[in-house]
Amino acid sequence: MRETRQFDNHLGIIGWLGGGRWGIERYLYIIHRVAGLGILLFFMMHIFESSVRIFGPESWDTAMDVLAHPVFKLGEFVVFFGFAFHALNGLRLILIELGFAVGKAEEPVYPYRSSLNVQRPLMIVVMVIAAVLILAGGMNIFVLD
Amino acid sequence: MRETSGWIWFIIAGIVIFILGGLHMMTVHMNAILGIFNPAAGDAVDWENVSWRSRNLFFTVTYIFLLAAVLYHGFFGLRTILFELGPSRGAQRFITKFLWCAGIVLFVIGTYAAIAARSIGKVL
Repeated sequence: MRETRQFDNHLGIIGWLGGGRWGIERYLYIIHRVAGLGILLFFMMHIFESSVRIFGPESWDTAMDVLAHPVFKLGEFVVFFGFAFHALNGLRLILIELGFAVGKAEEPVYPYRSSLNVQRPLMIVVMVIAAVLILAGGMNIFVLD
Repeated sequence: MRETSGWIWFIIAGIVIFILGGLHMMTVHMNAILGIFNPAAGDAVDWENVSWRSRNLFFTVTYIFLLAAVLYHGFFGLRTILFELGPSRGAQRFITKFLWCAGIVLFVIGTYAAIAARSIGKVL
C-alpha cells in the first residue's frame, strides 16, 4: 500500500468525538471506529488465547477456567456487542458505498430527501436488528450459558 | 490506484468477516440458543466441542480465511485512522510496513495453530 496525500487535521482525535450538528449517523461513525479498534485489540489477544488448544485438554481447560471469571464474561459480552454493532453498521456503510439505499439522483436541496427517506430508515432497521442480536447474545452469555 | 484496490480489498474482507465471523459468533457465543457445530452439547468451549471443530477441515479453512480477513480489515482500518492524524510521509511508510509485518506474523501464528490443532483430541 502506498502513502496517501497529507491533509491538515486541525482537531485530531477530539474532532472524531464530537458529532456537532451532524445527524445520528455521525455518532454511529464514531462508535463504529471505537468498536473496530476494540475488536482488533481483542482479536490479537484471541489468536494467542485460542492457540492454547494445541497444547492439549489440560492447558485448554486451565485457560477456560480463568476465562470463566465474571469479568471475562462481561468482556465476552462487550466483544459480542461490538461485533454485532460493527458488522451490521458496516453492512449499512457498504450498501451505501456501493450506491444501494441512497435513492434516486436529484438536486441536493436541504433537507436532503434521500438522506431522510431512504438512508435514515435503513439505519433504523439495521440498528433494530443489531439490538435484537445484542439482546439475544446477552441472554446467551449471562442467563442461558 | 493502489489505495483504491486496498480499499476494495478492505470491503471484501469486511464481507468475509460478516459471513465467517457471524458463523463463529453464532457457534461460540449463541450456543445455548442455536446449538450449532457443538456435537458434544454443553458449552461451545468445552474441550470435546473445541477439538471436534479443530479437526474439521471446514473450520480449519474458514479459521484461516477469517484470520486473514480480520487482520487485513483491522490493520487497514487502523492505518486509515492513523493517517487521518496527519503523519509525515516517512511516518506513513513506517506505519504501513509495520502493520504489514505485524499482520504477517500474527497470520503465521494463527495459521500454524489452526493446522496444528487438526491433530488434537479423540474422534467423537
